[in-house]
Formats: sequence, C-alpha cells, structure tokens
Amino acid sequence: MNYGISDNPRHVGLELGYLRTLQCVEATLDMDQKTLKKLVESISNTVKNFKKSEVECLVRLFHSLVERANVRLNNLGLDRNAFGAILHSVFGMTDDMLMNRVFFVFDKDHNNRINVKECVKGLSVFLRGTFEEKLKFCFEVYYLNGDGYICREEIFDMLKNSLHQQSSEENDEGIKELVDITLKKMDYDNDGKISFADFEKAVREERLLLEVFGPCLPEAKLCCPRHKSVNCL
Amino acid sequence: MKEDTSTVNILDKVTKGEDSENEIKMKIARLLSQLDLHLLNHYLKHISLEISLNPTSVKNDIEMLKNFSGKGEQTVLESISYTSDYEFSNGCRAPPWRQIHGEICYVLVKPHDVETLCVTCSAEGVFLNGGKTDNEGEINYERKGEIYKDLVTFLKEKSAKFSENMSKQEKRFSDEKEKKEPTNEPPEKEEAAPVQKALTGSGKRTLEKNQINFGKSQMTKRLEPSLSWKATVRFKEYRSLLRDPQEEKHRRRPERSGPPVKPGRAQLVRKSNEKIEEIISESSSESEEGEEPLDRQEANADLPSEYWQIQKLVKYLKGGNQTATVIALCSMKDFNLAQETCQLAIRDVGGLEVLINLLDTDEVKCKIGSLKILKEISHNPQIRRNIVDLGGLPVMVNTLDSPHKSLKCLAAETIANVAKFRRARQAVRRYGGITKLVALLDCGKSSAEPAQSSLYDARDVEVARCGALALWSCSKSYTNKEAIRKAGGIPLLARLLKTSHENMLIPVVGTLQECASEENYRAAIKAERIIENLVKNLNSENEQLQEHCAMAIYQCAEDKETRDLVRLHGGLKRLASLLDNTDNKERLAAVTGAIWKCSISKENVTKFREYKAIETLVGLLTDQPEEVLVNVVGALGECCQDYENRVLVRKCGGIPPLVNLLVGVNQALLVNVTKAVGACAVEPESMMIIDRLDGVRLLWSLLKNPHPEVKASAAWALCPCIQNTKDAGEMVRSFVGGLELVVNLLKSDNKEVLASVCAAITNIANDQENLAVITDRGVVPLLSKLANTNNDKLRRHLAEAISRCCMWGRNRVAFGEYKAVAPLVHYLKSDDPNVHRATAQALYQLSEDADNCVTIHENGAVKLLLDMVGSTDQDLQEAAAGCISNIRRLALATEKARYT
Repeated sequence: MNYGISDNPRHVGLELGYLRTLQCVEATLDMDQKTLKKLVESISNTVKNFKKSEVECLVRLFHSLVERANVRLNNLGLDRNAFGAILHSVFGMTDDMLMNRVFFVFDKDHNNRINVKECVKGLSVFLRGTFEEKLKFCFEVYYLNGDGYICREEIFDMLKNSLHQQSSEENDEGIKELVDITLKKMDYDNDGKISFADFEKAVREERLLLEVFGPCLPEAKLCCPRHKSVNCL
Repeated sequence: MKEDTSTVNILDKVTKGEDSENEIKMKIARLLSQLDLHLLNHYLKHISLEISLNPTSVKNDIEMLKNFSGKGEQTVLESISYTSDYEFSNGCRAPPWRQIHGEICYVLVKPHDVETLCVTCSAEGVFLNGGKTDNEGEINYERKGEIYKDLVTFLKEKSAKFSENMSKQEKRFSDEKEKKEPTNEPPEKEEAAPVQKALTGSGKRTLEKNQINFGKSQMTKRLEPSLSWKATVRFKEYRSLLRDPQEEKHRRRPERSGPPVKPGRAQLVRKSNEKIEEIISESSSESEEGEEPLDRQEANADLPSEYWQIQKLVKYLKGGNQTATVIALCSMKDFNLAQETCQLAIRDVGGLEVLINLLDTDEVKCKIGSLKILKEISHNPQIRRNIVDLGGLPVMVNTLDSPHKSLKCLAAETIANVAKFRRARQAVRRYGGITKLVALLDCGKSSAEPAQSSLYDARDVEVARCGALALWSCSKSYTNKEAIRKAGGIPLLARLLKTSHENMLIPVVGTLQECASEENYRAAIKAERIIENLVKNLNSENEQLQEHCAMAIYQCAEDKETRDLVRLHGGLKRLASLLDNTDNKERLAAVTGAIWKCSISKENVTKFREYKAIETLVGLLTDQPEEVLVNVVGALGECCQDYENRVLVRKCGGIPPLVNLLVGVNQALLVNVTKAVGACAVEPESMMIIDRLDGVRLLWSLLKNPHPEVKASAAWALCPCIQNTKDAGEMVRSFVGGLELVVNLLKSDNKEVLASVCAAITNIANDQENLAVITDRGVVPLLSKLANTNNDKLRRHLAEAISRCCMWGRNRVAFGEYKAVAPLVHYLKSDDPNVHRATAQALYQLSEDADNCVTIHENGAVKLLLDMVGSTDQDLQEAAAGCISNIRRLALATEKARYT
C-alpha cells in the first residue's frame, strides 16, 4: 500500500521539492539540525500516515514555504493568504471561502497561523487520510459556527455561487431550492440541519457526497499516485 | 454496366500485347477497376450520411401536420402556420438574405401543452429561434436551441402531448388501413402494391395517407411510438418511388435504427431490407432479443410528481457548477430509477443529453454520478436507443481509458446495458470499444503489485467483471466476436476463468458461451484449456454460473475432442447430478443441452448410464418447457443408439411420453423426437409399444411436416418401425394415402429427405403388395430420375431402393428404360463401401434383364465388379459375382445363338 517516497531514491517525492528550495532552507536549517530531528520525532509520533522520512521532508518543505512567504522564523507559521496560495497553486482549489475554511480546520489552535505540526497533521488527512478522517475533515470544513451542525444558512452560503448566469433573484430562488434538495437528501433526522451523524450516513451511502458543499480536498486525479501530489510542491 | 465495359476495354488492350508481362498487366488492370469500384462505393456511403432538409420535404411535413391540427384533444397540434405567405420560386419562404444561411422557412407552432413556438426550418435541420419580435412581422433569427433532424422530431421533443397524439393518430390510421387492405400480411412484394396505387391515384385522401405514412416513419428515429413494421416497409417502397435518390439515402439512415419488429416473419422482412453487410455481420440469435417492440403507454396527461422533481434537478445539472451538479446527481439517484416513469421523465426533460455531456467534462465526480444514473436507466430499451442516438457510446468508450477504476467500471457496466441491440454493439466496435474492454480484462496484471496472491485485488476484479459484462453484451454480434478474438480476448478470458470470483466468472463464462458459436472460438477454447475450467466451475454452487458453463459446454461439445475432455475432467458426473434440480428451467435447459451434445460420444453414454442419468432424463420427458424437452429428447436419441439404453428407456416407461411428443409443433423438438423414437424402434419389444400407441401413424403424418429436417427425420424413424413390426405390410397399407405420400416425397429437392425416403421405400418394398402399390404410384421413374447424384448417402439408399423395387413385375426393365442403370454403374467408383454393396446388389438385380446387362457392360462395370468380388464383404462379393455371372451368361447365350 505504501508508495515509497524516500526509501527508494528513484521515487523522488518530497526530496525533489526540497531540493528545489534547498538554497533558502539550508540557511535556516543548518543551525538546528538537532531541533529538526526532535521535531520530526515528535510529529512522527502523532502522525501515522507519513513515514518518518516523509515527515522530515514535509518539515523542510514547510520551512522553505515559510521562508518563501517571507515570514519571520521565530513566529513560524503560514498565514491565511500564504496558505490559500498553496491550496490554489498545488491543489487546484479556487473557492476563497472554502480555502479559508480549510485554513481554519488546519489551524487547530486558532492563532491564525499554521505551524509546522498543524501543517503536517493537516496534510496527512488531506493527502493520505482514511475515509473516516476525510469524513471528519470535510464536516469540519463545512460547519463554521462550531455548534457541530451544518445549518440551512451555512449551506446557503456555501452553495450561493454554484449556479451560472442568472439574475440574483432567480439565483437566490434556485439556491434555496438546491438547499432544500440537499437537506431532503442528507438531513435524516429532519431537524433542519445536518449533524455529523447525518453527514456520515449520507456519505457512506454515496461517496460522491463527501465534498457535497464544494471541493475541499485535493482533486482525485492529484491524489491518485500519492507521491506525485507532494512532488508538485 | 459501364464499369464492366471499361474493364473489358482495358483487358482487350492488354491482351493484344504478346509478351510475358501480359498476365501482370491483366492483374493490375483488374485491380485498378476493383479499386475504382471500391472508391465509388465508399464515396457513395459517405455522401449518403450527410443530412439536409429541402423545401419540399419541409413543406410536406408542414402540410401533413396541418391536416392533423386543430382544436380538440385528438389532434397533434393546436395550430401550425408559416410566418410568411409568400413562397419563393425555389420553395423557400425565408427572405433571401436568410436563405443564404440555408434557412427555408419559419413556422409558428402551437402545441397543446406548450406555448407557441417559433421555429426555423433550415437545410441543417429544425431549431427554435428567438421568436417574433415586438415590431410586426420581424423575427429574431438567432438560434435558441438544439438542431433537430426534422420538424416531427423537434416537436416530439418539445411537446409530450404531440408525441402522444401522434402515436395515437398512427394507430388509428394503421387500423383504418388494415380494414381496407387484405389484413393477413401479404408477402413483401405485395406490400408495395397499395402504395403504388396510392401514388397513381390523385385523390387528396391518398396523398394525405402517404404523407402521414411519411411522417410516421420519420419518427422511427425517435423510436417512441409503436409502429407496425408494415408501415415502415410501406414507407420505404413509397420513398423509393417518390423521392429523388440522393435524399433517399439520407432518409434511409434512420430506418436502420430499427422498426419495431415482431419476431418470426417480420424478421425476414426486415432482414431482406437491410444491407447485406449488416446481415452477415450479426449472428442470428440476437435479433429477437435486440429489437424489442417499443410499446409504450404515453397516455398520462397528468404527469407524475417525479416528472417535475426530475425536471428541476436537470435544471441544476444544466446550470450548476460541479458542486450543484453533484448534489443534483445524487438526488436524482434517489429516485426509483428502475421505474419507467422516472427513466422516461429524465429523458423527456432533456436529462439524457446533459448526463451524456457530463461524461465529456473533466469532473470525475460528475462523471461518476452521471454514469451511476445512466447505468440504471439504461435497463430500459427505449433509453438505450436514445443514449445511442445522442452519441453516448463514444464518450463512454473513451471513459474506459480513465485512470479511475470506479469510472471504468461504471462505464463498462453502462455499455453492457446499452449494447443490448445491434446498432449499439456496432457503435461500440466502431469507436474502438472492444479493444478497450478487452484491455479491462487485463487490469489485474498491469497493476503495480506483481505478487501472485494479490494478483486480483477486489477493485481489479470489479474492473475485469465489468469489462467481461460489457463484452458479454457485445459478443452477441458476429463481428464483435471476431473483434474480441483479434484483440486477444480469449487468453485473458481463459486466465480470468482460473480465478474463483463467482461474480466475475458469470460474465466471463457468458461471453465464452456466446462466442463459442464460432468455429474459431471453439478451437481457441480447446487450445487455451478452457474446458477444464468450465468443468471446474460447473461444480460451483452458483446456479447462474452452472448454467453458463453448461451452455458453453453445449456449444463446444460438437467437437469430439471436447466431449472427451469433458469426460476426462469429470464433468459428466456433475452434469448428471445437476439434472436432479429441475426448478431452474434455464439451467436445466443448459445442462440437458450439454448432456445431449456430450452423449454423441459412445464413451460418454456409458458414463451417463453409470451415473443413472438416463433414468433421470426419461423422468424429464413430461412437464418441461420445450427448450428442455428438445435437449432431453436429443440426449435420449443419442443414448438409445446403445442396446442397453434402449432397454433401459423402455423399462423406465420412456416410450409413451416420447410418442406423445410426436404431436408437437416445435421443429427442433420433432427432429429429436423422431430420432429418439426411431432409435427405440430398433428393438422389437419397444416397437410393440410404439405400435400400440399408434406411434407409426404419428411418424407417418410427420412426413407432411413443412420442415425438410422433420420430414427426413421422420422417414428415417419409419425404417426401423417397418422392419420390426410383425404385420408391417398390413400396417403400412392401413395408412390411407400413406404410400402415395411417400412416393411423392421423392420429388423433394432436399438430399437428406430423398435419402431417408429411399430408405423408407426399401423397407416398404419388402412387402410385395405394397411394392405393387408404389409401383403403380410411379416409384420407378421417380427413383430413376434421382440416379444422377454425387451424394454418397443418397446413392447408397437409392441403390438399395432400386434393387428392392426390381422385385416386382417388369420394374427391372422399366429402370433400364428410364436410364437408371448407367449412372448406377458409376456409383461403383465411389469411395464408400456401403455404396459399393448397395450398388452391386442393385446391379445384380438389374442384370437379370438382358438390355440392362448390355448397358452395365457397356459402361465398364465388369472390371470394377471383378475387383469387388475380391472384397471381404460377403454380400458385396456375392452381388458382384452374381452380376458378372448374369453378364457372362448373356454373352454365352448370344454367342451360342450366333453359332447355331
């Protein structure tokens, strides 16, 4: 199942991305080789989807990205814009609102910065997540106000750009109906909002509903041969 | 004609040259002329595909529709009118500056259920335009919708009421017509007559009729209404008489899309109408299941609520982004897609087009969703056709290349559903689908893991299963079978057969079974050692799998080696044990079929007796469907070639049910039953039972059966009956007109019938009185007429019949007079020892007459006969010697006479 990334030198995965940015990383990493080791060690303990070598690469990559994004080192982390840019250029996401939401899900400690741990952890779901992990991830992306439900208004918000070429009035009407359709399909307990249980049940029944309110995972074609997606970084 | 003369000219020129290159030149010239012809044909095919409407056809359409418009529920439209009354000399009504765009005229149509439509009819087709603008008489020429082939198609798409009433009109119309015409379908040629009459008759009514006929047949394109096949045939005649040839060609295209066909004779008519190429490219078995009659109840004026809901969803499919599309698709999937209302609703609101278009996008999720729906609704035969008409197959075939396994699977499964009729199968092949489907079978190998154990992980199995499923559907056409073989499908199928995934095995075996009708395949199946695995899978618990394995064995077991293989791999025992479960009739038919074919080998019969299969088979002679009976009786017919089995069948009480089956009508069954009864009749005790049950009379009456195979088989069966009945002569005479019937069968032109009847006559002629009767009926000239034949089987039985018939009156002389003797002599040169014996005996009988002796001698028989005296066959020796001695005696007598 595991596609070797760093075991096999020919399967250049992260390494390539790393090498590309080597110049800028070297400077920052020369001094804290030990810290890096430790960091990798600690992250590897919590993130099971990546091998240690992969984690190391990701960490280095993260540093290079941070560097590129011109953020000061002692405040290690990607802000919303930098992260959005990555989501857009690497994972082909286009919807700003959803990118923000993905950012918030990555940003576990809600400090508006994604630090290296959050990044690796988030990516592990993003790229290698099991079905359950992805399910949870998507649901977190879709509910915003933190009450554990996706309510009608939120759905409306997320779907409001999903129809082409219509006057705003018609559009609202159309979206409302679409929201109704979605709720009818996914709201199993008929409480007017979608709980995680509803969501899980619906998605288990039909996998296509995983990203029901807009794409928030890397495109399937990027995911397919797994190392390639990372390679693009 | 022209081509021919030009070729001849070239050839002439060439032959005038004298050097040795002549031949080469000739060849080149011939090749060139062939190429020329080929190119012409090709070009013709090409232009015939281009569609264009012309003013006359549009006008006809509109006139026809006008005649059926007006107020009231029964009309097809409320009104239809041109926007302009002025007609240009070229038949167009569009202003000249629009005519250069190919537009012919503009029409205002008011259907019952939709608002007034402003329609442009142009050479390209018919489409909705922007409608009348506010200032009087101006039309917004902009195209607002898709282009349809013609007005009727367009309206059928736009207005449900129109299509509904249109089909009613047709029905009423054809009813009317049927009343007037001789109802019981006259043969095809006569079909043309009324049309011709209609054409010459100038009455307006007849004209109308033709027009409606015309419009009706055009609608076969849409395939919605249930047309009688007659209408289409008539239409074709009409067209070919009326239309200019160029247009005719493009019109013909839609017809191929298949007029609904009643099985049986209708099929013949259809076939004869179709291009020969198509006929030979398809195997015969498919037409029945392929072209289901497209009856449809469309009479629901108040549409079900699903209709509106689905319409809404389709709106989102059309106007939504990926997210909205996926939601709409998932929601649509929640409808009961197995229900016809939903299937048709999706189509009627234009959902099919959108679903098919989605397959052309890059959105994997949308494609998956779309295919999931298409897969379900394509169970409906009408939808299948629509999918093909909308060009769905090429995109699905392309989807097979996708790296996503689930997409591949869905596409293949949908193709499997769609390719249930001929045109679809053709399309799959034409777009390269067969190769891709065959490639799907290979996906286990190409995946990254080389480990043998995980060679087929679940998803790969699924891909292969879907691929096999689609191939199964496709393999019902002969050309596709070839394509599968050429694409290397057989080794792959053979490999899949070695796995143990039941779900996948069924389509794999199904495909093999379908393909095994071809000689090529049977050879390959033997070569790939597939039989072994078929036998293995026969042991599976899955009934469907058992059925298809048995079916495949049935197909392959025509070949002796295969029969032996089945035995060697222990398949016979399993087959015999499967006979015990008689609930699943399809499986029973397949199993009995396999037993039948296997029992052609003697060794297998012995095995079957060992496994007590014969008793079971006898038990299956009653209360079974015909498909089973044919095979059961066939098997018993083979088994009863053995003495022990004959006794066994009698003891199990098999004879009464067999004799009862003699009254059936199924041709295949009758052939087998007569054979089985004949085999039983070899044994005197069984014969007594047959006689008591009046079986001989039944057999005799089958000589009147229209099918030559049945006739022949019945005549063969009569032979042992006559041999083994005590008072055979009396019995035969008791059949009034029976002897005359037999003698008249000698006029048949079927060799098998003739041979069998000769054999029967041989037996009949054993009784002097009967011989006298058949002589009176003119048996001698009839037999004599048959003498010039090359068929050894016929020769043998004919010679036997002649030798037996010589026993009466002056028949010997008569045979000489009717010139039967000389050809008989030539039989001696045949390779078949049976023919030799029979001929020698006949010649011996004939040589009792002096004139015949002379003829025999003149034809050089003596030398040949002398050789045969040396034969090991005593009868032959004796007959040959007798003949020679007769000739010799005659010679001596003449010499004596000369010298005295």
